[in-house]
Amino acid sequence: MSAEFDITETLDVKGASCPMPVVKTKTAIDDLSESEVLEVLATDPGSMSDIAGWASGTEGVELVDQEEGDDVYKHYVRKTE
Amino acid sequence: MSTDTPDASADDAPSRAELAARVDELEDALAEATAEDDGKKMSIIATKGTLDMAYPPLILASTAAAFGYDVTVFHTFWGLDILHEERSKDLKLSSVGNPNMPVPNAVAALPGMDRVTTKMMEKKIADNDTATIEELIETSLDMGVEFQACQMTIDLMDYDEDNFYDGVTTGVGAATALQDMADADIQLLV
Repeated sequence: MSAEFDITETLDVKGASCPMPVVKTKTAIDDLSESEVLEVLATDPGSMSDIAGWASGTEGVELVDQEEGDDVYKHYVRKTE
Repeated sequence: MSTDTPDASADDAPSRAELAARVDELEDALAEATAEDDGKKMSIIATKGTLDMAYPPLILASTAAAFGYDVTVFHTFWGLDILHEERSKDLKLSSVGNPNMPVPNAVAALPGMDRVTTKMMEKKIADNDTATIEELIETSLDMGVEFQACQMTIDLMDYDEDNFYDGVTTGVGAATALQDMADADIQLLV
């Protein structure tokens, strides 16, 4: 099942380690409008658990999808309010 | 001896109207309590100023801010050095008393060894693209974290409020920290 969504912005945090992927995702999503989707590209393996945890514990955002690619972890976060 | 009377007579039982009034009262009280407490809060007390111990409060503070928490970090004793603009860029790591370091204590105690272990750690931080202390402070400030510098230790260490990063709150003491802790959902001493 592949999710259907348009990517509004892409945030590249490749190379950055904890806590920067989450912190920068939060800052980037603040600049989006409701229902827009942010793509986050990270190389930190911890970002899989961290961004999922952040999205579920934070109001106004929703994790749409996560992909583990070749050395790059992709996260898709929608702003819900 | 018990005053409980499970088979109380119908006369003592509250009426439907009384119960409805009580429910309304409780609903009002609940609404008030949740309205006052809608923002999540975290309070951290940072007491250590070595390179390794400066990280946990800053990482947790910036991450909690990303979760939408209202964060206060109260820095006292050596924790003040994390907020000291000059000293924060030159925090040291001691190999003495840390059995995880690859250096025996007898060697670690030699003059200059702290500089060696600090350089080692700084290199690892740079190689791993781990954020520097300065980056974490600037990021946390941008995200609205409130850094407080304990006034008593500022005086004790002979620091000046101009020594700290812009945006750091000075002139606060234990009562301020306690108030923050009492209001917070998460309280940590580092």
